[in-house]
Amino acid sequence: MTQSAFQHIVCDPDLCTGCRICEYVCSATKNGAMDANLSRIRVVRIEPVTMIAISCRMCADAPCVVACPREALKQNPDTGVIEMDANKCDGCGWCVEACEFGAIVLNPASKKAEMCDLCGKEEDGPQCVKFCPKEALSLATPEVLRQKARREVVKRLFDELLAP
Amino acid sequence: MHAYTGNVLHVDLTKQTTQVGHLEPEFLKKYLGGVGLATRLVYDNTPAGCDPLGPENVLVFACSAFAGTPIPVGTKHGVAAKSPLTGLIGDSLSGSHFSEMLRRAGWDALVLKGKAPRWTVLFIDDDRVTFLDASRYLGRGAVEVQSDIREQIGDENVRVSAIGPAGENLVRFASIDNDGRQVGRTGNGAVMGSKRLKAIAIRGTKPITVADPAGLMQEGLKLIKTSQGPGTLKYRSLGTPSNVLNMNAIGVLPTRNFSETTFEHADTISGEYLRDHFRVKAVACSGCSIACEQWGVVREGKYKGAKIGLDYEPLFAVGSNCGIGDLPAIIKLVQMADDLGMDGMSAGVVISWAMECYERGLLTKEDFDGLEPNFGNDDAAVALMEKIAHRDGIGDLLAEGTKRASEKLGKGSEHFAMHSKGLELPGYDPRSLKTTAAGYAVGTRGACHNRSLAYELDIKGVFDRFSAGPGRGPKMVQNENFACVLDCLVLCKFLRNCFDDFDTDVARIYTMTTGIDLTPEELAAVGERVCNLKKAFNIREGWTRADDTLPPRILEDPIPDGPSKGYFVSREELALLIDDYYQARGWTEEGLIPRDKLIELGLADIAEEIGVDAVPAAVIVKEG
Repeated sequence: MTQSAFQHIVCDPDLCTGCRICEYVCSATKNGAMDANLSRIRVVRIEPVTMIAISCRMCADAPCVVACPREALKQNPDTGVIEMDANKCDGCGWCVEACEFGAIVLNPASKKAEMCDLCGKEEDGPQCVKFCPKEALSLATPEVLRQKARREVVKRLFDELLAP
Repeated sequence: MHAYTGNVLHVDLTKQTTQVGHLEPEFLKKYLGGVGLATRLVYDNTPAGCDPLGPENVLVFACSAFAGTPIPVGTKHGVAAKSPLTGLIGDSLSGSHFSEMLRRAGWDALVLKGKAPRWTVLFIDDDRVTFLDASRYLGRGAVEVQSDIREQIGDENVRVSAIGPAGENLVRFASIDNDGRQVGRTGNGAVMGSKRLKAIAIRGTKPITVADPAGLMQEGLKLIKTSQGPGTLKYRSLGTPSNVLNMNAIGVLPTRNFSETTFEHADTISGEYLRDHFRVKAVACSGCSIACEQWGVVREGKYKGAKIGLDYEPLFAVGSNCGIGDLPAIIKLVQMADDLGMDGMSAGVVISWAMECYERGLLTKEDFDGLEPNFGNDDAAVALMEKIAHRDGIGDLLAEGTKRASEKLGKGSEHFAMHSKGLELPGYDPRSLKTTAAGYAVGTRGACHNRSLAYELDIKGVFDRFSAGPGRGPKMVQNENFACVLDCLVLCKFLRNCFDDFDTDVARIYTMTTGIDLTPEELAAVGERVCNLKKAFNIREGWTRADDTLPPRILEDPIPDGPSKGYFVSREELALLIDDYYQARGWTEEGLIPRDKLIELGLADIAEEIGVDAVPAAVIVKEG
């Protein structure tokens, strides 16, 4: 796995409250019913205050693509989104095993692999981001996140310098 | 029909058998879910006069109509049984993921009866039910045991409701924990313990469908956004601990077993102090857009490592009410109550009663096995928490709850036993909140602010809180009915200020979710119906008007301090308010329900058993 240059759903663990509305919304959007097991974004809560939502990170040289024995997965070179060819996918699940983030769903009904596609068909983009009550979710590239972190650390520095 | 499954799972723990019951849309529409559905199933499945801790009592879990949907703050569940604390209807609510899982397993409600031959974990795996041996989990904390059960089953998606040592030992105010949220009040954890049921584990894999997915997404999004606005500011910023300073300022903060109403250490147990010194983050229940639970962690001192999501009610009970002005100690005590599996409110109030008994010499150091529980002694409070949960020494007496403990001890300790019908009072001293006082007194589960919502009438100044006047009945009834509708749907009360027109908006959302037509009037009527149903249950169990009362301290002792100094609720005032309330309910002077009233409310099937002759029409004051 190599760090992606593509934008993907990013969760700020300081803002995430563990409400799981993103799971309801994802499955409602993609599957037409609320079923967290089919949600392509999942909230992981280890300790009461330790939680984060995880979905496909659009890895460069995506391991799921490499692992697929039927060449059913390919990565869109422009968006980084993993695209599944339903004619080729037979639901073997090797991609699920290859994914280090547990971000691939094996839909027991269709027997196909499903993963975040950034709600490409929705006019207003990823629905989880739109519904997240605390704006913990955003669509960002790693470079944007780095820029944001740098800005914040510099701002803190100046706030301290200029503090009365 | 959508969202609802129309199925109830009946489990007989004695015989280890299951049965499926069916619910028609017309029936669901009358009770909605949560407290309404659970109460109805308790009413129908218990014989009158049953022993609350006997096998014939049932413990019912009922889902919210909105469980697992994008309607925020609607994934809660109601639990009801005959209460071992009050002997009356014991209905309680909890948030988090259990409701969604029960629904996804295919059930609108779960009815448990009997008593398992050995300690059991009930595993509901969609339609399959197994009775797992729970011996390895005995004595384990209600919170910590959940992850172990998940591990045993081998699936993180499993959700668990569990009791702690307190429930196992039949502490009468034991709670049931799910994901750190509690079915707290009225001792449903003891009912679960009496059935030798350590935990219920659920794995639901069925999708939840709704009647109008696109419409409901829109409604959900709107509510999610509105719930980030001024209507929920209190809950999002400091959470309910913001009450500490507010209640202290107006002289209603129960202090040292309700002997005073202002606390000299209010500053250091306040929501503000929690935020500035201990708060880590705010956490949400499942499907909640508000996130009110303020998690505090103690990083140094003798309570280092203690952590809990702190709410006002347990905070006041083990804090100011026990004379404890130290937040680390409070965080520790509330964490203990949660993990030992008992209601922090009742535990705090029974401990404060014991402290007063000690200070007055009614109980001695010997009685306490060497402890010296003066007010403010946090070490003693910590020791008493353990003793109660294990019924060790004096803990055996305190585990009976304030009512029974004071009756057993006598010596005048009943005077300051702070309960109504056996349920310990919440964190608003009612002596200068006169409408609240009546709300506590008439409450079907005992003294409860959440069921009556009467404190809003006092605190918002709808009525003069210092005096009791005529004509308050209709507003009291209106608030109580409204609270009841929320408890049946279930929608969390913290969302209540986020609607333009509650009945209209919620009736529409309900129909979009379930596909069942429901008018705003029909929705509102559920509140009145279920309030009367709870009352009917109590009447069946032998309730009389004499039970609708308050502790002698509230009725006789003027408040000695602060802005409420000098106030108390005289028996005449209480009688006036209760008369008014009964009239507004259309009940008799003795608080009994006329047959015609029950029929009018759609409760014809219990009218013969419960109803009495009609009240002369001229006496009834109609709601304005």
